Amino acid sequence: MSNAPVDHGRRRFLTIATSVVGGVGAVGVAVPFIASWNPSERAKQAGAAVTADISKLEPGQLIRVEWRGKPVWIVKRTSQTLEQLALTEENLRDPGSDVAQQPVYAQNRHRSIKPDIFVAVGICTHLGCSPTYLPNDFSEQVEGIISGFFCPCHGSKFDMAGRVFQGVPAPTNLVVPPHMFIDDNTIVIGEDEGAV
Amino acid sequence: MFKNLMSWIEYRLPFMDKMNLHVMQYPAPKNFNFWYFFGSLAMLVLVNQIVTGIWLTMNYEPSAEGAFASVEYIMRDVEYGWLLRYMHSTGASAFFVVVYLHMLRGMMYGSYQKPRELLWIFGMLIFLVLMAEAFMGYLLPWGQMSFWGAQVIIGIFGTIPFIGEDLTLWIRGDYVISGATLNRFFALHVIALPLVLVILVFLHIMALHEVGSNNPDGIDIKKDNDGSVEQTEADKKFTFHQYFTRGGKKVIVDAIPFHPYYTVKDLVGVAGFLLIFAWVIFFLPEGGGYFLEPPNFEPANPLKTPAHIAPVWYFTPFYAILRAIPHPFMGAVAMFAAIVALALLPWLDRGRVRSVRYRSGLHKINLINFCVSFVALGVLGVLPAVGIYTLLAQIFSFTYFAFFVLLFFYSKNEKTKPLPVRVT
Repeated sequence: MSNAPVDHGRRRFLTIATSVVGGVGAVGVAVPFIASWNPSERAKQAGAAVTADISKLEPGQLIRVEWRGKPVWIVKRTSQTLEQLALTEENLRDPGSDVAQQPVYAQNRHRSIKPDIFVAVGICTHLGCSPTYLPNDFSEQVEGIISGFFCPCHGSKFDMAGRVFQGVPAPTNLVVPPHMFIDDNTIVIGEDEGAV
Repeated sequence: MFKNLMSWIEYRLPFMDKMNLHVMQYPAPKNFNFWYFFGSLAMLVLVNQIVTGIWLTMNYEPSAEGAFASVEYIMRDVEYGWLLRYMHSTGASAFFVVVYLHMLRGMMYGSYQKPRELLWIFGMLIFLVLMAEAFMGYLLPWGQMSFWGAQVIIGIFGTIPFIGEDLTLWIRGDYVISGATLNRFFALHVIALPLVLVILVFLHIMALHEVGSNNPDGIDIKKDNDGSVEQTEADKKFTFHQYFTRGGKKVIVDAIPFHPYYTVKDLVGVAGFLLIFAWVIFFLPEGGGYFLEPPNFEPANPLKTPAHIAPVWYFTPFYAILRAIPHPFMGAVAMFAAIVALALLPWLDRGRVRSVRYRSGLHKINLINFCVSFVALGVLGVLPAVGIYTLLAQIFSFTYFAFFVLLFFYSKNEKTKPLPVRVT
């Protein structure tokens, strides 16, 4: 044991160096613990695209398919429904679909590729409940509009293009998932082959 | 022989000395009243939750496929499984009952004021962890309300700008709430958070014993030993651990040893509590649909939202604040602020007089305002958010926050009554 005077500069350097190296190690160790919370490969597989047959879809009918565990609606709208989309645009929060809740190919009044076939994720944009489809009784919610979607949780209202009305908790229109038509009767949800 | 063994241990681990310090020779003010039952009751409920929880894990199956059925198996086939589960589920509600009353006691008697700020902070941390613990526990039965309640609560994180979407994905571990979410909530509910809770409770009590218990008069029982305060005959009867007199610098008045005086008093509280607790377990285990909600008797179904989603009653005051604000993220911020405001009480209250007994009439009214707002928000949080209810929730959210703002301003120069020297 030598009695050499304490070299404070060296001691400080060693303290800081040890702390930094130890800190890097701690961050490194934290990575697997945090990353293991991400969706697993199996979960990602289960999140792949789904195909739906719409040959038997009647006008006014809504069918649900499950994509990533969420209900995706496919609705065949009647011509009357399509006409009514224009009626209440001044009461909508985002009539022009300016917020990116849909792929660009669905950024139009009917928010769809084909005017009559509407595809949307049936989850309210407020806190994730699934709104109810009211094919004939929506006029109780919005006068003069025959059909629409009403969320039973907190009373949000959407028109037949999934556009949200003003004065309800939901901030944005319903999400339109990426989708494409393979042929007239088959629709793929969750994939659009890079179409923008 | 035994004495030798005891002193052999004592030399290596001063067990008796610590028992004296924290139990037998801990000076507690002699004027504790009804409101002082709830700290020890909270500990009792914690023990109840841990023990029944351990037994429930012996038959519970933490998977999306098996969870719901295994809870029904516990209820129907496991001997006394129904009792263990009802003790656990009723215990969750009882925990919040006693904790809310415990917090109200602290607010009434200014127990958060200097020098008990850190004690209060530990208490608030316990409250936060308790809420997380209860939330995660509620997912485990994998019923409809488990699923959709979690959907709403995790959705709150999704409202955070920019990172919200990724954050919810990370919390769930899937694109939706799934078995992955259930399993991690199970791990956190049975291991991680109980550990944190126990550690926080330990720190809460250590911090309490360092600064000493407050009392309904809000005055100190450890006086400076400068001759200004004389010990009465009654004061001289008891021996307190020398740690509390700070080597003769302090003189302790109006105190009694925690054991046997308050252990016995708390036993009365325990008996009264268990009477009510057992009655609920045996005659009202679902709490009229408030402890266990009706949709939770149906297995979780991601494709079907229950008509009305309400959280369990103990979250409803904060849930009502969340819904009162039309903007989702601002609603989440307001809800969080409602809890943070409570944690900041030691600094928002600038008064020097602790107990409501000696504070101004304005403070008394303001405290009543807080209680009314809190209860009203709790009721509104159960009801659907329509029309008049939304408006009322907004009004009571306002009065809830007004409590803190008003307190901050009037407490600086508050007209208080003179404090007694000795507890009354």
